[in-house]
Amino acid sequence: MKLTKGIITVLAAALAVAISVTGSYALTIYPIDRAAILAGQRFDFKVEFDRVVNIQDIKVTINGKDYTRVFGKNAEFIEKEKGVNPEASAIILRDVEIKTHGKYTVVADDGMNRKVVAWEVYPINREIKKAKNIILMIGDGMSIGHRTAARILSKGITEGKYHSKLSMDDMPHMALVGTSGVDSVITDSANSASAYATGHKSSVNALGVYADRTPDPFDDPKVETITEYVKRTRKMAVGIVTDAEVQDATPAAMAAHTRRRATKAEITQMLFDVDVDVLMGGGSAYFLPMSTPGSKRKDNTDFFNVFRNAGYTIATTKAELSDAASNPKTMKLLGQFHTGNMDCALDNLFLRKGTTDKFPEQPGLVEMTKTAIDVLSRHKNGFVLMVEGALIDKASHPLDWERAVIDTIQFDKAVEAAKGFAKKRKDTLILVVADHTHGINIVGTIDDNKEAEQMRDKIGVYADAGYPDYKDEDKDGYPDSIDVSKRLAVFFNNFPDYYETFRPKLDGRFVPAVKNEKGHYVANEKYKDVPGAVLRTGNLPRKASDGVHTADDVVLTADGPGAERVHGFMDNTEVFRVMVNALR
Amino acid sequence: MIRGLIVIILSFAVLLSAYKSSASSGAALLKFSELYESISVMGMKISKKTLSLVGKRVTMRGFMAPPLKPDLKFFVLTRQPVDICPFCDSDADWPEDIVVVYLKGKVKYSADGTPVTVEGVLDVGSSIDKETGFVSRIRIIDARASRL
Repeated sequence: MKLTKGIITVLAAALAVAISVTGSYALTIYPIDRAAILAGQRFDFKVEFDRVVNIQDIKVTINGKDYTRVFGKNAEFIEKEKGVNPEASAIILRDVEIKTHGKYTVVADDGMNRKVVAWEVYPINREIKKAKNIILMIGDGMSIGHRTAARILSKGITEGKYHSKLSMDDMPHMALVGTSGVDSVITDSANSASAYATGHKSSVNALGVYADRTPDPFDDPKVETITEYVKRTRKMAVGIVTDAEVQDATPAAMAAHTRRRATKAEITQMLFDVDVDVLMGGGSAYFLPMSTPGSKRKDNTDFFNVFRNAGYTIATTKAELSDAASNPKTMKLLGQFHTGNMDCALDNLFLRKGTTDKFPEQPGLVEMTKTAIDVLSRHKNGFVLMVEGALIDKASHPLDWERAVIDTIQFDKAVEAAKGFAKKRKDTLILVVADHTHGINIVGTIDDNKEAEQMRDKIGVYADAGYPDYKDEDKDGYPDSIDVSKRLAVFFNNFPDYYETFRPKLDGRFVPAVKNEKGHYVANEKYKDVPGAVLRTGNLPRKASDGVHTADDVVLTADGPGAERVHGFMDNTEVFRVMVNALR
Repeated sequence: MIRGLIVIILSFAVLLSAYKSSASSGAALLKFSELYESISVMGMKISKKTLSLVGKRVTMRGFMAPPLKPDLKFFVLTRQPVDICPFCDSDADWPEDIVVVYLKGKVKYSADGTPVTVEGVLDVGSSIDKETGFVSRIRIIDARASRL
């Protein structure tokens, strides 16, 4: 036993020496090991060496042949990559593709080290039913807890049975999807949406690229997005709809290639460059030239002019959107309804809080979805549409479960609209999925009428929970009030320091914590004096401002041609595969 | 002894009156809510009051946002305390109505839950900070800041 331990120590020491000698990098090949690549999908091929190497010493083969014979061209050799310290070499070959499906073994050898990765190149499966249109609906951060609470609040439940199902429940195919990325078990929306849009894994904050080691956010090895692929190979139309900024991670993943999702001014250009036919959401601050107050650009390009000159109809209010949709000549549409993220459904449709005083004419996600489908269905080659319910996530980060759940209901109504379109035609694949989860759970009910000094003693669990008393007398699918006397007790399992108020935040979205001079997030004193509020000491690192994403699987439900491939447990990159397999 | 005390009291009174006059006559109070006349998808319109005060001394109250990096010559003044650092989190973004404050000395970071008062000369128009590339549209330059 002791001897074994000793040997391990010696081996570990030897390994440590080996690592320090060869520098802090490992020989790396992009696309990475176990990548599944659609035959004919474009990607950048990059090999990073762990030190400065001689070009003559490099030998890279694919299934035993020199890589130049497989790709038909030579890679660029970079002797010393910019910003990489310690200095190291790389080769990069942009925009290559492999047309023949099969197993590929890639070997990179620099005379000292050797790296082997395996790729699977898959064809579009001709046996699978084909769809003219594909609608990918992403409830950002939508977890089981959001979904169950939305069903309770929207449809009602008595004696254990729901009065009806959500639209997204009522779909014939279902799977669990794993969301982890290259770099971490916990994903962010950029990374995860990128897996849906490209079929390749990525890293936190990265869109449409494998995150390489160089600091430049725009030089990372790219992978072709579904937008680029269907436009290039099938001349299909593409729509992107969100209630966040259109440059936010999930919508941007449909078109962008950047290591940093925060490069929103550049993402605006990328959204234009891929020739998206319908683009709707917030984020006008990145369309306005720097000289206009409210702009967040660092140049004087006016993207409203750029889009207008390219033939887009521009809508900035609900009424303009409706006009644009009803004009049969509208083929390209830019909807911009906010300088930043749009308001949550609870604020926009009911409370008129948030920024609705400044942006009173914001359409909801349902109207945007219907309009996008109206315009896109005018394109004869079919369309791919991504609709994101972004604010489920934006409200879940600050632990504002009521806003997140009302947005889940709104998202479900957008699903209903998409299903309504597909039902008449039977040529449209609909996928409804989240991109990651939050730690949200329903633990019981809170009853204000229960006699108790502390709010926690008003929580009913097990048999004491009974049922909440939300009502929907106007039958609009939303509860008439969220501030009922007996309401759901919903908690997030990870949080910074915050004051738990046990009540909905009717004045505006919750801000649980603020940063102090040490850089730590501390409970926001604003909620200290809410009757019954108690301090909950955070269980996250003190640098965490809000609740965080969790690694739990997400649910995917699907309907339409090609949906039969959705079952069991799937990797998030397989969502891309389901979509491309359904292409004609 | 008594004479000395009188001198001290007198000097204090002089200082106090000087301070009062600078606060009341020198600098106009400008509120966040008064900075812009309107905001829409197509941008914001700077208010007449803001424009009329360009080049003059103003006082503003707000919150000091978390810093881009230590020892900068400017800080960002916000209407509400920001719960997230837009410089640190890629997911986050600045509010639209920020004011960038260039202090006479270097910035010493103040807890951003703490409101501050800033007095300085108002400047308006797009400007890119040379050191950081940070773009600002409303600035208070040559400023002094104090905790409220």
